[in-house]
Amino acid sequence: MISIQKYVRAKSLEEAYQLNQSRANRVIGGMLWIKTGNGSVNTAIDLCDLGLDGIEETQEAFLIGAMTSLRRMELHQGLNTYTQGAAGAAVRDIIGVQFRNLATVGGSIWGRFGFSDVLTFFLSLETFVELYQGGIVPLEQFAALGYDRDILVRLIVKKKPGVFAYRAFRNQRTDLPVLTCALSRMEGEYRAVIGARPGRAIVVRDEEGLLSGGQTEGRYNAFSAYVARVVPMGSNTRGSAAYRTHLARVLTERNLMQIMESGGK
Amino acid sequence: MEIKIKLNGKDVSASIEADLLLIDFLREHGCYSVKRGCETSGCGLCTVLMDEKPVLSCSVLTARADGHEIWTLEGLQEEAQEFAGFIADQGADQCGFCNPGFVMNTIALLRENPNPTDDEIRAYLAGNLCRCSGYEGQLRGIRNYLDSRGEKGNGHTCVL
Ligand SMILES: Cc1cc2nc3c(=O)[nH]c(=O)nc-3n(C[C@H](O)[C@H](O)[C@H](O)COP(=O)(O)OP(=O)(O)OC[C@H]3O[C@@H](n4cnc5c(N)ncnc54)[C@H](O)[C@@H]3O)c2cc1C
Ligand code: FES
Ligand code: FES
Repeated sequence: MISIQKYVRAKSLEEAYQLNQSRANRVIGGMLWIKTGNGSVNTAIDLCDLGLDGIEETQEAFLIGAMTSLRRMELHQGLNTYTQGAAGAAVRDIIGVQFRNLATVGGSIWGRFGFSDVLTFFLSLETFVELYQGGIVPLEQFAALGYDRDILVRLIVKKKPGVFAYRAFRNQRTDLPVLTCALSRMEGEYRAVIGARPGRAIVVRDEEGLLSGGQTEGRYNAFSAYVARVVPMGSNTRGSAAYRTHLARVLTERNLMQIMESGGK
Repeated sequence: MEIKIKLNGKDVSASIEADLLLIDFLREHGCYSVKRGCETSGCGLCTVLMDEKPVLSCSVLTARADGHEIWTLEGLQEEAQEFAGFIADQGADQCGFCNPGFVMNTIALLRENPNPTDDEIRAYLAGNLCRCSGYEGQLRGIRNYLDSRGEKGNGHTCVL
């Protein structure tokens, strides 16, 4: 466990940002990941009083505050209606309800963990990250960046009409996933997102037009095989690269069938 | 730092270190039902209610709980007694170590969803680990309790 010398509930984002410029200080979200580490934090910067723990739905977007818990995301009616339940499906096997009441969307996205169901899911939507200093950047761009000392304020999910599906493969419920797979089709554009490779999730688009010109099983096979071929995989204790490649094909195909059945034709 | 927490319905003020975990604060204040299991946020043994929601007290700073309401099993005996006997009747408790976490999370489940299906019970209690029993006993105990109230779930669908 880390040791913490001082605890501050930031009264403004500016205060949080200024405190976070010292490398000895650290923003805390749910603190679940931070707690797995060792070392010493001078000041723990808590964003819990900044009103960032809710999801606001407008005509065009969902504004998801950095301190929103994964449980809130799981149960949010608007987000689940828009994603046909994929939001809940993405997080419901992360440990347990008590854990998801604490873990935050902000900490999950900031962490850009290789195994992240949360990152995989949001990459399949039209998601932007609002940073206090860095402004609004596409999540895909943010996911590829290194860590700096900015503050993640909220996620902005544009309500592009679409169909969505989410699947992850776990050796056991509540364990870390062996592979995560989100699929979407928004305004004709397909995205397959593969995470827990075990590296950070990446987005694959149908650049070869394998899914254009009618939905047939042959086309699903072709696109799933393409995803499996182009996504770099690695091995760890949960699974080998070859196994992950196999899973990527299967999960992509199942997600494709699901979105076609739910109106993606 | 100075904090004030409503613990099991009573105001408690204390002076704490910044990194004191809620589990330690609670045990220092006589709540010995709250136990350390994994301490890596994975077993659910340390479950308490914070503002009505179940959370892992091993993973919350006491400072974060400042100004909030915490309930432990010590304050919820009556509510727990309603169904704990049904779990015991199934022999679900063997060493019994996991029991307080299970009971706390079952209280949270039944407050949120008074008539859960078996799959909803499994999903809600998935974060509570038991090394002895295999979970079926707990499930049967909760099901028997629900049936005894005459509020039967269909036991087949899962909406979570
Ligand atoms: C045992 C365990 C099992 C897990 N299993 C899974 C799983 O199966 N699937 C999955 O997707 N995830 C899993 N996770 C990850 C988890 O879901 C969260 O993503 C993770 O705990 C981070 O969220 P947090 O709120 O706890 O962040 P914290 O631990 O508080 O913070 C994480 C990092 O982000 C920084 N940070 C937090 N908020 C901000 C902000 N607003 N601005 C700038 N920086 C910020 C912190 O300084 C820290 O560096 C697991 C975690 C643990 C500990
Ligand atoms: S001791 Fe808190 S989750 Fe295991
Ligand atoms: S009865 Fe022993 S851990 Fe559950």
